[in-house]
Amino acid sequence: MASGSTIDALGQFELHPILGSFGEALCLSQSPLFMVIAVVLVLAFLYIGMRPAAVVPGRLQASAEMSYDFVRELAVGTIGEKGTAFFPFVFALFFFILTGNYLGLLPFSFTFTSHIAVTLALAITVFVISILTALRYQGLGFFKHFMPEGAPLALAPILIPIEILSYISRPVSLSIRLFANMVAGHVLLEVFASFTIMLAGLGVFGHVLAVAPIAINIALTALELLVGFLQAYVFAILTCIYLSEATAH
Amino acid sequence: MRLTPRFLLSAAPLAALPGRAVAEGMPQLHFGDPLLQGQVVWGAIIFIIFYVILSRSALPRVASVLEKRQERIQGDLALARKAKQAADQAQHELLEARNDAAERARVDIQKIRDMAKADAQSQTEATATRLEAEIRQAEKEIVAARDNALSHLSEIASSTATSLTERLLGHANDEMVSNAVERARG
Repeated sequence: MASGSTIDALGQFELHPILGSFGEALCLSQSPLFMVIAVVLVLAFLYIGMRPAAVVPGRLQASAEMSYDFVRELAVGTIGEKGTAFFPFVFALFFFILTGNYLGLLPFSFTFTSHIAVTLALAITVFVISILTALRYQGLGFFKHFMPEGAPLALAPILIPIEILSYISRPVSLSIRLFANMVAGHVLLEVFASFTIMLAGLGVFGHVLAVAPIAINIALTALELLVGFLQAYVFAILTCIYLSEATAH
Repeated sequence: MRLTPRFLLSAAPLAALPGRAVAEGMPQLHFGDPLLQGQVVWGAIIFIIFYVILSRSALPRVASVLEKRQERIQGDLALARKAKQAADQAQHELLEARNDAAERARVDIQKIRDMAKADAQSQTEATATRLEAEIRQAEKEIVAARDNALSHLSEIASSTATSLTERLLGHANDEMVSNAVERARG
């Protein structure tokens, strides 16, 4: 919130305890609250949408089926037949992130995907699952991937650390990409919203000028809708790519 | 969009007024905050519950609806295919029956035509025979009449010659005239 002549673009990311002392004892902030809201929304969408179970679906059922098909195509199309096992995970990941991104666009809400701790936790989950999958499908042969085939043995001392580093940097880039996009978008929205309030304090002239940041914010909201989807999609498809590498021989 | 927070943090004060944001840092990086740690734990719990509900109940429900629809469509398609086959069969039979009837009709017409032809032929033949008989009869009568006429010819010629001779000579010898006539006819 802007107060006086300062812009507090980062205050929106602060965590506040909810449910009084009870919530404080359980370390409950608005972030888990919005996670619950997101999860409930997605589940409600699926359950209410699929309740008619009609052969010729209505709009809600068609969109529920479309989202199912979309993620299924994403998972099975990228990973192959083995992707069926990972489909619920990819679905959960995609819709958890997508709903989190979109919920954050509502006024007075909170974007839990703008917290590096959350995105990193998600990325590490993907990382650990893909390592476990790779070990299951490839056994110890998994470690051979750290030495590129056909490379001269003399280069191994350089190549292997580089390969390991690039592998380990996957969850880092995965989490920072989502986190940074969300933070950047919301900081921008906050900054332009603050401009409006500050300009409004300048009298009639300011009132007229204040329209400009609002217009920009409208455009930014549209952009954020795109970015929110895109980042969820990127997260999901990179997960699928990592898993398809892990299941390949 | 590749706007990093750092870029924004450095740009915001330039664009507007120096903010407190830089001084305080990002709340996301206050890793000592129990709320921040709590959100990871709660997030994990919520995500796991979300995953379990999705994989055990919600997604299989969607899958079953899609599967049922697929089955229904397949069933309907099979039904339609069967109906089409029956229709094709019926059409084929109809065509065959039509061809059959046409063939039979053709044969009947041919038969009637042949019969009519044979009728006409026999009638013509009968007429021809009758006419021929009549012609033969007529010819026979003509020949008889001519023969009859010819048989009286010497008699007439003799009497004519006799009367002519009588007129010329005053008398006539029948014997001689007859002989002369016979010679002339010779």
